[in-house]
Amino acid sequence: MQCLLLGNEAVAFGARDAGVTVASAYPGTPSTEITETIAKFDEVYSEWAPNEKVAVETAIGASFAGARAICAMKHVGLNVAADPLFTVSYTGVNGGLCIVVADDPGMHSSQNEQDSRFYARSAHILMLEPSDSQECYDFTRLAFELSERFDTPVLLRLTTRVAHARSVVALREKEQYLLKDYKKDMAKYVMVPANAIARHVVVEKRDALLREYAETAPLNRVERGQGKACVVSSGISYQYVKEAFPDADVLKLGVVYPLPEELLKDFAAQAKKLIVAEELEPYIETHCRAIGIETLGKARLTLQGELTPAMLRERFADILPAGEAPQAVSAVTAEPAPPRPPALCAGCPHRGAFYVLGKLKLHVMGDIGCYTLGAMPPSSAIDACVCMGASIGMVHGMDKARGAQFAAKTVAVLGDSTFIHSGITGLIDIVYNKGVSTVIILDNSITGMTGHQQNPATGITIKGEKTRQIDLKKLCEAVGVERVRVCDPFDLKDFEKVVLEETAAAEPSVIIAQRPCILLKGVRRAAPCYIDREKCKKCMSCLRLGCPAIVRKPEGPSINESMCVGCGLCARLCAFGAICGRGE
Amino acid sequence: MEPINIMIVGVGGQGTLLASRVIGAAAVSSKLDCKVSEVHGMSQRGGSVVTYCRVGGRIFSPLVEKGHADVLLCFERLEALRWSGFLRRGGLLILNDERIDPMPVIAGAQSYPGGIIEALQAGGAQVTAIDAAAIADECGDRRAANTVLLGVLASKGIAGIARETWEEAVCGIVPAKALEINKKAFQKGYERGSGQ
Repeated sequence: MQCLLLGNEAVAFGARDAGVTVASAYPGTPSTEITETIAKFDEVYSEWAPNEKVAVETAIGASFAGARAICAMKHVGLNVAADPLFTVSYTGVNGGLCIVVADDPGMHSSQNEQDSRFYARSAHILMLEPSDSQECYDFTRLAFELSERFDTPVLLRLTTRVAHARSVVALREKEQYLLKDYKKDMAKYVMVPANAIARHVVVEKRDALLREYAETAPLNRVERGQGKACVVSSGISYQYVKEAFPDADVLKLGVVYPLPEELLKDFAAQAKKLIVAEELEPYIETHCRAIGIETLGKARLTLQGELTPAMLRERFADILPAGEAPQAVSAVTAEPAPPRPPALCAGCPHRGAFYVLGKLKLHVMGDIGCYTLGAMPPSSAIDACVCMGASIGMVHGMDKARGAQFAAKTVAVLGDSTFIHSGITGLIDIVYNKGVSTVIILDNSITGMTGHQQNPATGITIKGEKTRQIDLKKLCEAVGVERVRVCDPFDLKDFEKVVLEETAAAEPSVIIAQRPCILLKGVRRAAPCYIDREKCKKCMSCLRLGCPAIVRKPEGPSINESMCVGCGLCARLCAFGAICGRGE
Repeated sequence: MEPINIMIVGVGGQGTLLASRVIGAAAVSSKLDCKVSEVHGMSQRGGSVVTYCRVGGRIFSPLVEKGHADVLLCFERLEALRWSGFLRRGGLLILNDERIDPMPVIAGAQSYPGGIIEALQAGGAQVTAIDAAAIADECGDRRAANTVLLGVLASKGIAGIARETWEEAVCGIVPAKALEINKKAFQKGYERGSGQ
């Protein structure tokens, strides 16, 4: 069967057809659709875990139990899961174990552009890298075979342009996989020093076998061109190489850890200098140089962002002369095109919270989610954002560094899902270490930014089934926070009062700002608001909300009816009663 | 066959992804190779979005390079201007003539440029501008504007894909409850595009 699948969907189909039993993940762009797609398969157990570490540990357990298991995450998610990752390399597996990591060169939706290939190298874990959806499917299936054959977890590395590109996939017959026997094997699975010392020896032996495999694996292939240049590449960069240099000889690497030595040397022997085309770090290039191959790569390319065929053509024009570039349209207007950055949606519950935080001029430690957009103008209400859950640790550190007066002007802001992911431990730190910080949980009842995934606080599973719901208020109280307030961020006056009271309190406090994401099914949308021109004083306060539905017109602020969802926040804000919510 | 490069540009939430899926489905049923590169996540929140579709004999890169696009399917005027440098001179620019103000314009920091269509024409684009939302509205739902634009695209004989194939693709992708409206929207777009 031929179908057009996203790379992520192809991974999911590959996992299903390899007979995977358990899939666990935490959503993260650009990896989310892998697990979302698996959730549609009845024959696979799937779940959203609270974070990536738990997801990997769940998959490890399933593997030890004799099942094939998969978990998928974005690159920074692998940092969270790095602890189990390094040790499962020692234990090896029982049922095949595949850990998918999706890097984001160019940072389309990420806070950094780390290169996950180094995880494979430092943890000594086989890593495969597909270049399109067909390879996503094939490599995923193969990952499970190789995992069992070499007794190793396998990392499957994607990048955004592979994960989020659709291309044609031919699906093959599904494998009927039977659970392997479960045997207690303490020497293999109990990683206390005595056992781990012995397993480290096994890891090194396995590495040698994997290097041997990489020399002849069909995933690494030479494509002969006209011998004008020799280029080594992998993943999406391979596609750019084929686009830019159709006549070059190309060594396409599908196995990126371990890298082959003899294959590279043989290939390089035909060229004066080997061109290495890879995004982000000089991972392949450093290896080539270490084994004595002269290379052209990062000195001409970049460590930042994505490669393009045009960049390749331009930087290596002396070796592979490029044809004439096509003539492009060149449209010039009197004013330059203003940028269109993403913004909080019309009706977004976070808008009320950020309006108040901006008004109070608090130092806001932000976090990862839709609400990071609170940093955008006009609210510009966030001072710092580092990683998942970091807002709480950061606010605590700031307060300890600068004292009580400063603490009264600081808050942490994070979402419900992020709080459960890794905020709760920070909150325990504040309570335990006599902190006085204020934490605001923006509880919109969903994991928003990644496209509406359920989480433990929503009380619904990935399959849409009801389950026990974590009560955020009780959870905060249980770790020792005595001041927990629940309020509506759209009740601007009350929210402001609560924030002032809690920041003033010389003890830990949590404000749960509860209002569901406007995009959720079943969330009430009212008729659009409108502006009463006679009452409007053109003070422009409503424009400071940064709502995409309120636009500036010569006659004063105006509401775009097709975009307005009638949330009425602007109506509550307007001091002159000039904005009317028709639904209210 | 040389690849045909189509870019779909617009504002997050306008239905650009659905349009790209229809193009992909039409290409696959026509036994053509196809790659479609989508944008998910952060960039979708009302930001500028672009989807690359490449259709042809054998496709390598899923992205379209500057100056290589044969067709720019634009869901919004300012986005047409922003991405126009990707269109080759003489390439086809199908425009939904709608204005959606971006945040810097809303905030008053910058203004929405005037004379965009004239600039696109002067810059070497072959422009077909329509009010797709109004046409979709006539068909019963403004949200079918994307299908109107697909109708215009189909009428241009892109990659030799037959009209029936496009229609089947629309039927296969659009949710059943919106199908009748979208069929009408496609037809209206096709008629407008072929000058009927």
